[in-house]
Amino acid sequence: MSTSGVTYVSETARQSLAQRVTFSSEFGLVLLIAFAFAIFAGLLPGFISPFSLFTIGRQVGIDTMIGLSMMAVIVTGGLDLSVGAIGVCAAMAFGWLIERAGIPLPLCIPAAILFGAGLGFINGITVVKSGVHSFIITLASMSIFFGVMIFLSKAEAFRNLPALVPAFGKLRFGGLVSAMLVLSMVVCAALSILYRYTDLGRRMLAVGANPRAAEISGVRTDRTIMACHALTGALAALAGLMVTARTGAAVPSMTGQLGQDWLLPAFLAPVLGGTLLSGGRVSVLGTFLGAALVNIITSGLLLMRVGEFWILAFLGLLLLTAVLTDRGRHIFLQRRGMI
Amino acid sequence: MNPPSSALTRALDNDWAGPAAVSVFAIAVISFFQPSFLTPFNIFVLLSAIAVNMLVALGQLVIIAVGQMNLALGSIGGLVAISFVAMMELWGWPPLFAIIGGLAIGVAAGMASGFLIARTGISAFIITLAGLQMFKGINLGITKAQPFYGVPQSVKDFGNLSMIGPIPWLVVPMVIASLVIWYLFARLRIGRYILAIGGNRHAAELSGINLGATVIWAHALSGLLAGVAGMMLVARLQLGHPTIGDDWLISSFAAPVIGGAVLAGGHVSVPGTFFGVIIIAIITQALVLFAIDPFVVQIVLGGLILWAVGINRLREVRINTLLGRKPQT
Repeated sequence: MSTSGVTYVSETARQSLAQRVTFSSEFGLVLLIAFAFAIFAGLLPGFISPFSLFTIGRQVGIDTMIGLSMMAVIVTGGLDLSVGAIGVCAAMAFGWLIERAGIPLPLCIPAAILFGAGLGFINGITVVKSGVHSFIITLASMSIFFGVMIFLSKAEAFRNLPALVPAFGKLRFGGLVSAMLVLSMVVCAALSILYRYTDLGRRMLAVGANPRAAEISGVRTDRTIMACHALTGALAALAGLMVTARTGAAVPSMTGQLGQDWLLPAFLAPVLGGTLLSGGRVSVLGTFLGAALVNIITSGLLLMRVGEFWILAFLGLLLLTAVLTDRGRHIFLQRRGMI
Repeated sequence: MNPPSSALTRALDNDWAGPAAVSVFAIAVISFFQPSFLTPFNIFVLLSAIAVNMLVALGQLVIIAVGQMNLALGSIGGLVAISFVAMMELWGWPPLFAIIGGLAIGVAAGMASGFLIARTGISAFIITLAGLQMFKGINLGITKAQPFYGVPQSVKDFGNLSMIGPIPWLVVPMVIASLVIWYLFARLRIGRYILAIGGNRHAAELSGINLGATVIWAHALSGLLAGVAGMMLVARLQLGHPTIGDDWLISSFAAPVIGGAVLAGGHVSVPGTFFGVIIIAIITQALVLFAIDPFVVQIVLGGLILWAVGINRLREVRINTLLGRKPQT
């Protein structure tokens, strides 16, 4: 079983460090990012202005969080189409708690994240108990979550949030680094620790790599899968709050119809970063780098006045290229006996 | 363990019997509370919606049958819709040529997805997600998010006139497509191959079925059906709107699943899907008639999918044993 994630780790350990670094998807991404950055910085003087770097960094922060939320469930070999719906539901719940219920801000943030985790947990328990693939369950739940949210909010935004919320969206350190980027880095660090050093994280990877083997070795697969979905919900809620801070308002349409606008960034960053869709292998750093690459290219193209609609098409092409390159790299390494 | 099979239990065992009973029941209840439901005008509106949605559902059904999913269905439909109008408005093509051009674009888009899935082995989910984004981007890039208005009168008439009484012309493509797809799965080799791959990929390959070619044909057919649905919507709306297809995703899965399709592939029902489409159309209409928030439709559709999945899950276990597949863990 050389294809299972567990042995994959032990076999790569035999290679030299240099080999592992050179052939990792992260290394390729760093090269691509440096390349794209150099080109755009050379062509467009406006690209490296502090404000431009700040806005790129802020968007990278948000897209990283969206990508991480999907990554947390891809680990199990499943997926969650409802991340966008959960994100906007949590943001609207946040707006309601502050504006209508009058609850202080420091309490609203954890409450909204818990709410997102709760929605994710509903997905998780439905997937586990029904035994139906998460695709169809979350397809249904995205429709339900979004519909209930629009019904309850009457499609009206919460615009009178405390000044601290938009202030956080504008906050920057050293004139360039967005506070949102820092927040995402902190979450990245926390998730790296989770997957590398904690029992729960190792169990999540084991269940994704080989559910039967994990079950036999005493892992409660059903509970672990529910935990993954809840984590996805919490991270999606956090991403929803970040978008709220950027906009300065909780808007029902912020993630598009049914939250579909988040689908591409949610899959693009982890897939670019080398997370396996079949589960069992994640790359937190890769997800961050993936989000960074996407946003550097997008911002550069926007500055070059490529129409924003063509950029949509381009991002689809990027996703396609990413999976094809990854497949090609895999075959290449396999032929040379490196994995 | 089988109960004695009387004619009644056998009828109830069909894929379409349950959804058909639900449709009849829903029509009876709604027309009791809201007599305007069965007026010729309302039936006309209802049938027009059903006709388009059936094409959308069939487009997804073909892909579900092969055990995959097509997220790009709506964006292919949208791209064909605006190209169809663009060909007539900008290039002055007669509608017949524009229809052929539109169908060609739908087939080409579907084939491209199918080719990539079959040749690279990358999951249909990711390929069609990328396709969704690309086709939508091309659509918006061409239209700059503005509708095309140059739809000829003949096309508008086709989408808005009745054939006989309350039956719209739009029903014609629906009937043809439904019969063709039903015949395809019941009798034609390609249809049986699609079902065989969906039922047991490994066994299908071992028995000499060309996996790649079959998957490509299934996606080409799906693109064709999406294109037809897109052009029917152009006829009905009387303009080429760039948002055509944006809201197909949920209903395209809901109708086949309500109609008893097994999501793992290998088992689909055209009549069942038809009643699934009817149920969705009735519920959507009823919410309008009773002046309920239209967004409740989203909640109901999601709930219907879960309900149908629950019922299908029970059937799936039985079909799996029939096909000799291991139950999913």
